Amino acid sequence: MTPELESAYSGRKLASRFATGASSVAVVLALLPLVAVFAYVVSRGARAISIPFFVEPIGERGAGMANAIVGTIQLVFLASAMGIPLGIMAGLYLAEYKATRLARAVRFSADVLAGVPSILVGVVVYAVVVVWMKQFSAFAGAAALAIVMLPLVARTTDELARAVPDSLREAALALGASRWRTALFVVLRTAAPGIRSGCLLAVARVCGETAPLLFTAYNNRFYNDSLLDPTSTLQVQIFTYTMTPNDDWHAQAWAAALVLVAIVIVLGVVARRLLDEKVPG
Amino acid sequence: MRSLSPRLAVVIGFVASGALAAASSCTRSGDGPKVIDGAGATLPYPLYAKWSSEFARLDTSVRVNYQPLGSGAGIRQTCDGVIDFGATDEPMTDEQMKSSPVPLVHVPMTIGAVVVTYNVPGVKELKLTPGVVADVFRGAVRSWDDPRVRETNPNVTLPAKPITVVHRADGSGTSATFTTFLSKSSDAWRADVGSGVSPRFPIGVGARGNDGVTAYVKATPYAIGYVELAYARQANLPIALVKNRAGNYVEPTLAALDRAAQTALPRMPDDLRLSIVDSEAEAAYPIAALSFLVIPRDAENRPKAEALARFVWWGLHDGQRYAADLGYAPLPPEIVTRATEAVRGLRAEGKPIILSSGGVTGGS
Amino acid sequence: MTQRALATPPRLPPQPPRSLRFAGMGKSGSADRTFGALGAGAAGALGLVLIGVAVSVARIAWPSIQASGFSFVTTSVWDPSRGVFGALAFVWGTILTSTVALILAVPIGLGVALFLTDLGPPHLRKPVSSLVELLAAIPSVVYGLWAALVLAPILRTTVQPALAKIGGPLFRGPNVGFGILCASLVLAIMLLPTIASVSRDVLRAVPAELREGALALGATPWDAVRLVVLPHARHGVFGAILLGVGRAVGETMAVAAVVGSRADISPSLFAPGYTMSSVIANEFPVASSELHIAALAEVGLLLFVITVAFNVAARILVARSNKSAAGAQA
Repeated sequence: MTPELESAYSGRKLASRFATGASSVAVVLALLPLVAVFAYVVSRGARAISIPFFVEPIGERGAGMANAIVGTIQLVFLASAMGIPLGIMAGLYLAEYKATRLARAVRFSADVLAGVPSILVGVVVYAVVVVWMKQFSAFAGAAALAIVMLPLVARTTDELARAVPDSLREAALALGASRWRTALFVVLRTAAPGIRSGCLLAVARVCGETAPLLFTAYNNRFYNDSLLDPTSTLQVQIFTYTMTPNDDWHAQAWAAALVLVAIVIVLGVVARRLLDEKVPG
Repeated sequence: MRSLSPRLAVVIGFVASGALAAASSCTRSGDGPKVIDGAGATLPYPLYAKWSSEFARLDTSVRVNYQPLGSGAGIRQTCDGVIDFGATDEPMTDEQMKSSPVPLVHVPMTIGAVVVTYNVPGVKELKLTPGVVADVFRGAVRSWDDPRVRETNPNVTLPAKPITVVHRADGSGTSATFTTFLSKSSDAWRADVGSGVSPRFPIGVGARGNDGVTAYVKATPYAIGYVELAYARQANLPIALVKNRAGNYVEPTLAALDRAAQTALPRMPDDLRLSIVDSEAEAAYPIAALSFLVIPRDAENRPKAEALARFVWWGLHDGQRYAADLGYAPLPPEIVTRATEAVRGLRAEGKPIILSSGGVTGGS
Repeated sequence: MTQRALATPPRLPPQPPRSLRFAGMGKSGSADRTFGALGAGAAGALGLVLIGVAVSVARIAWPSIQASGFSFVTTSVWDPSRGVFGALAFVWGTILTSTVALILAVPIGLGVALFLTDLGPPHLRKPVSSLVELLAAIPSVVYGLWAALVLAPILRTTVQPALAKIGGPLFRGPNVGFGILCASLVLAIMLLPTIASVSRDVLRAVPAELREGALALGATPWDAVRLVVLPHARHGVFGAILLGVGRAVGETMAVAAVVGSRADISPSLFAPGYTMSSVIANEFPVASSELHIAALAEVGLLLFVITVAFNVAARILVARSNKSAAGAQA
């Protein structure tokens, strides 16, 4: 190697090392807020969490958030019950009839819907469900969350079901299985671990959704009597308490944030393990 | 590797949360307590929250779920029919009454004070004329050591720092009371800003609710804002005294609020929509507000309407004794009498409601 | 263009071949039709939801569209008490916060993505990748809580006074902590994982042969990135950034908690402002007149159009990039 080439190469090596260094700095900068947010949520939250937090309803100062916790679980469960089956069904259709005009149009609208700000979903559910029922309700909140979930579940199912090799489908059809049997018992079953994982991630996502609940599920100082009553949720309560001057309420908000983040992380970890589960087989 | 099958965990988790959700909603349905949803003014919220808790103890069949979203929200959601009652500090305008799809009844519940609160390190007391307050909030006076601020505070050392104005970002009866007062006191304010539940402040930072404004003022040195008395007190923020019409700097005491209400009483119209701001009495606090509930005259659901009437009736009588502790003035007896009449005039399913106050009048 | 980019060529006939229908499945024909109809119904419902959202927002907005016309987006006076509605200040606030957030998040996000695909030590890639995903998993309200109670005070006491010394139109005005800068910082944190993970996927899709070829010719890892990987993936990376913009524009709760809630146009980053999504969150439940509601819905309609435009553009770019990568691989 000539000296010129040598020096040019070492220059490029230097540049490469510099780029690696810069990307490491980017990683540090990206993880800095993560650490900061976590440190605060965990330390402040852990200090504020107590037994009354889990058993007392929201009330005057110092009370707990039991009804908000129940409210969040209620809404997420109801939203999942509406959004997941519909989403899986739609996703399966998209995958099995992938080339039809309807499938293409719906796949496109699912992508678009996933990008629509969730606050607009809240506006629409208010205008359609709440005003029509003349009542803020847990049901309206769940409907809003289901709409947020729907495109996520449908697109995950679609992607994973399409990834199932056609040879499996053809084998099933050749054995005399009907198309719906093939779809449900071959395609869906093959793609199931991934779909379950995707559904859990969608559940995790709506656990933290707040904007669509502001004027649908609303808020409630007490336990809601039925799904047709407004309900408190951890998310909305965190937002409400954020905007107060009161240290007790701030502490409650941190505790609620800790619970919420813990739920989201557990769901995420389980989702990850579900994905891993299919590998060792 | 597969000690705990994640799949099983998911199933268990879902079933458990589902059961919890179902249990929590089923056990309470049927003959459970009636939930009455209300929303609106944040000004009386501490008092209404107290009432809600106390009343839930006395009458286990009723739960009053009051959400402090601002008076604008209370009025609109009541008009939309999505809540059972609204609350506002500023009576609805004739125009609003006309545009409401259902006839509404105003019931005065308590008297609150809107106070000018500030966060200037080292400054414990401050006196301001309405004109200066208006100029601060419209950006004409921008520094704490402005000569016009110093004029009424000769013994206070004021820093040469810019004033940060904090105002409400949501529709608010507190804003309406405050801006009505400023409009009455300052021509420049009336021309520039005017009055209403969501006035457009020329400068400043917006915050949600009395809580939000208090939080911002508390967190921001050299800030000034306007909130209901109870909020400033709870946050240990100082209160600036504002000169009243008679020329006195009056503290927002219960007596001073009562004075404002008593003076305005002869003007109270049949539908009770009375404003008590900017009283001409010597000892009256100037930025006082009568806080109302706004209730549809004809309710659709009789049990709910009667439960609500019981709650309101209780608040007007026994509930008044919780007011003073929280910084609200109990209603003068004459207003209580007229408000009670208004409650008796409520109807449900086309017939007058029956106010069976037996269970709750005894007190505790 | 869109459809072609997103759909894969048909590999399975929409109906089983005629020969298969003889397999003693006389009844399953109707079951198949039911299954098809149910699936089509579910899929159609999804499409209808999107149309429903657009139509009902537009319908609520109609009185305002009629009343204000085009001046809605060209004037900035927002005065609900007087029934005057101009949304320019919200558009401005949205553009300003998103721009500042992107300026911060794009280089960092790209850096993270390159670390994960090309530059970082392989054994660190997986843990870093998981941590970045964790950043995306934290709910928006929690960021809002953190920003309002932790970040804003730090900005007020430390960061903004330091920036004020630099001066200029960007760094002056009242120092409250809450404002455009605070909102932009939170947004940047929230965009980062989107930009990083989508870019990572796009960069990963660049065929290994291209990288290996470059490295075999004596390129350093950075040379390979600069000369081969980035040019090849540029559309996709641009798409990732656009997805980030879509997220920034629609982000509501964290911004509403710290933006300062003030309909004003100011170049200063210290100034309180407002964004389209946060004004809806704050004012929609409390709006006092029909026109006010309609005006907020019109803001929502604008928001809808903008986010849909960005998302569609982004997805086309990402899909094209991944497809061309797949094509090159084949």
